[in-house]
Amino acid sequence: MVPSYVPLSYYLLLSGFLFACGVVGFLIKRNIITIFMSIELMLNGVNLSFVAFAAHWHALAGQVFVFFVMVVAAAEAAVGLAIIISVYRTRETLNVDQVNLLKL
Amino acid sequence: MFGSVCVGGAINLLAQRHPINSALSLIAVMAALAGEYLLLGAEFVAAVQVIVYAGAIMVLFVFVIMLLNAGEEEQTKGSRVAVLLGVPGMLTGGLLIGWVVLRHSGTESVPIGALPGHPTDIAQLLFHDFLLPFEVTSVLILIAIMGAVVLASKPEAAPGRFD
Repeated sequence: MVPSYVPLSYYLLLSGFLFACGVVGFLIKRNIITIFMSIELMLNGVNLSFVAFAAHWHALAGQVFVFFVMVVAAAEAAVGLAIIISVYRTRETLNVDQVNLLKL
Repeated sequence: MFGSVCVGGAINLLAQRHPINSALSLIAVMAALAGEYLLLGAEFVAAVQVIVYAGAIMVLFVFVIMLLNAGEEEQTKGSRVAVLLGVPGMLTGGLLIGWVVLRHSGTESVPIGALPGHPTDIAQLLFHDFLLPFEVTSVLILIAIMGAVVLASKPEAAPGRFD
């Protein structure tokens, strides 16, 4: 099978599009869980450009960095979801517009 | 093809009102991204993507959504100035960046499946050159676990509260 070639810029555009979707979701969504998922989408977009550049420059360090990004994302998701649970317990809401006090 | 699945899933994530639908479309995005990584020759990253992201993190999300019984989100009216200025600005910026990227890196291309992304090489790199960051990450994970447990426990049971 002939190895096919995909331009690097396509990967970068897809990665940028995913990141932009994450930013838009972060800004327009009102549900705190959906906002959190938008952050994960942004991290995924960055990971894609990491892997694309790693493949382009034949440097494996990019893939190791993707690994670290995933670890940090996992830790962040765990802590963030715990914060969401405790916020929901005290406020009874998931709408970020109604969470406007740090202390009740 | 995987790219179109990614794009569709991301748009669906924005369009859906219910968080569980957003979560499912995010899972589709992550699975498609794993396919992209596989095409780029990064087998290890693809496997970790499926296991950690599409597996662990998304299960966590779905659990929290179901635990909190999250319903439809109510829309709030955004400011009209933001819509009037933001949408054309975003389109212009996106088109500009896309044009520049396509123009200046159009000739270089990535061979599909040609990278020696073998797990053995990654392990060599990870445990020799990046040993210190790796150990620091384990401490980070430990702190995150403890923080999650403390935050998610019931307020009465949490230590250090006197009220």
